[in-house]
Amino acid sequence: MTPKDELAIEVKGLVKRFGDAVALDGIDLDVRRGECLGLLGPNGAGKTTTVEILQGLQAPTAGEVRVLGMRWETHAAALRARLGVALQETRLVDALTVEEMVALFASFYPRPLAVEQAISLVRLEDKRQARTLTLSGGQKQRLALALALVGDPDILFLDEPTTGLDPQSRRDLWDVVAGLKARGRTVLLTTHYMEEAEVLCERLVFIDRGRVIARGTPAEMIASLGAGHVIELEAHPASVLERLARLEALVGLNQEGARATLRVEHLHRALPEVLREIAEAGGEVLHLSTRRPTLDDVFLGLTGHSLRGEGRAA
Amino acid sequence: MRHPLVQLLLMRLRMLWRMPAVLFWSFGFPLIASLVLAAAFQDRALAPVRVAVADGTGAEALVARLEGTPELQVQRAPPEEARRRLTQGRVHLVLLPGAEPELLVDPGQPEGRSARLLVREVLARAPGAPSPAQLRVTPVSEPGNRYIDFLLPGLLGMVLMSTSIWAMASSVVAMRGGKLLKRLAATPMARGHFVGAFLLARGLFAVVEMTFFCALARLVFGVPMSGSYAAVGAVGLLGAMSFSGLGLLLASRVETEDSATGLFNLSTMPMLFLSGVFFPAQNFPGWMQPVIHALPLTALNGSLRAVMLEGADLLSLGAPLAVLAAWAAGCMVVALRVFRWT
Repeated sequence: MTPKDELAIEVKGLVKRFGDAVALDGIDLDVRRGECLGLLGPNGAGKTTTVEILQGLQAPTAGEVRVLGMRWETHAAALRARLGVALQETRLVDALTVEEMVALFASFYPRPLAVEQAISLVRLEDKRQARTLTLSGGQKQRLALALALVGDPDILFLDEPTTGLDPQSRRDLWDVVAGLKARGRTVLLTTHYMEEAEVLCERLVFIDRGRVIARGTPAEMIASLGAGHVIELEAHPASVLERLARLEALVGLNQEGARATLRVEHLHRALPEVLREIAEAGGEVLHLSTRRPTLDDVFLGLTGHSLRGEGRAA
Repeated sequence: MRHPLVQLLLMRLRMLWRMPAVLFWSFGFPLIASLVLAAAFQDRALAPVRVAVADGTGAEALVARLEGTPELQVQRAPPEEARRRLTQGRVHLVLLPGAEPELLVDPGQPEGRSARLLVREVLARAPGAPSPAQLRVTPVSEPGNRYIDFLLPGLLGMVLMSTSIWAMASSVVAMRGGKLLKRLAATPMARGHFVGAFLLARGLFAVVEMTFFCALARLVFGVPMSGSYAAVGAVGLLGAMSFSGLGLLLASRVETEDSATGLFNLSTMPMLFLSGVFFPAQNFPGWMQPVIHALPLTALNGSLRAVMLEGADLLSLGAPLAVLAAWAAGCMVVALRVFRWT
């Protein structure tokens, strides 16, 4: 058990309804001080709603929320001064320069970082005098991070910080966040990029349709799958894939048309069985590859659908 | 410099002066449009020619003689009222009865010339009429009595209205659409500082607008300033604040800039017609007057005209200034209650 005062965020039975639609259906969440917790789920799972309630931007329908031991109803002003927020895709003031934008946000906080320090933390020194309009996607996200940091917050909320970025910009941003974690900040990260969560987070919480469906460290979650390998398979006709479900060596199977994802414990036992089954049914293997399981396989195994709207996780 | 209000004000000013397009549409365009209107209305052509016969001995006879002419539309009025109608462009000529009838015309109105010719011709036809040479023609051209003098304060009111509402509504709605309002709401920023910075910036720009407008009115159109510039400034600022309040209220829940444009038109169009920009609001029927006088643009235009043309001081403008203050305060209180940051 973690002592209460070690918790940066404590959420119990969080419910949010919009009219008849249930966005959050009883979420429990603990974030320890100094850790990075990843909140994962597909689009529309309730990640952003959860985070906005924690940030005081929305009121919950029911449930208990404590942030740094305080409640939004009674300590809103004190809390805002101690949280740093990077929203998904904020359009900043086009006409302002990076430096002016950071100075503006710094002015809101009681004990801000120096403007130069916040800019150098996200490595935007070269762009100090650049208008925000001229920044690339990755630079804009780094500026958003600088705005979240400039108040010297106890908790940093990062909502999909790398969505829409190219791989290099994404890695650059990860470096910056990893550097912040090294300084002992609490980070709550929401993402639908598995790799991002694996790189940055100590613990993960999976959310789907407004509920927590799994939690643990990345290693624990992958181990919970009980599968050492994943086989990706494409066969013709698609009907032969249905026969695979009865194979003993199989831990799990998800089929989508002519493609199937098979989770197996031992590759050397499962693979011959799979090939024999397809051959006996008169089918033809169009494509076959194997890999180590990822967090996306965990999600797929739990929900039957992928974390990302389409395709496979990177 | 570190104070949030200063930083927010700098943000607002930079948003305006670093974006030439924004500056032009929210500030330059209304000014230019109003100047074009002013120029156009300097010689607007309207038929028939309207003549006011001032009350006095022999007025009945003059009216009877003029009424036979189709190009003339004759009305009766007390002398002071008749002169005012000439000033406001509602009549083109005033006929003062007497042994030697006197014709008053505004040389700035082309109809004044045709009115003078028509009236002289009609009067000359009558039996026992005074010869045209006996008719005295007095051009009433001293500044302050022309239609342009009436029009310009109204145009200033119109400019203050459209720039104030639009500057507030469009930027707030754009910031909401881009989630910047939500991002700001997640900081400890005082909401009052945010609104205060917008109002301060609007006040500064309103002063620039008024200065520019007064200078052009004076230098290009020769409109006099009977009252003090300070009083014009105070009235104009109060007007700018009431329209900013209205703009904030209109923008308090709107998500898209298209809806903002619609609301802007919906709120400003009626006032453009009702509030006495181009012709006196008194022209509307009596039952509409209480509504018209409760509109902020009516109060602003009336006050600006009273100061600029009649030299009124602020103390004598209690009622219209109270209307403006009520709009400013009322709109802002409601706007801040219903304002949506997310």
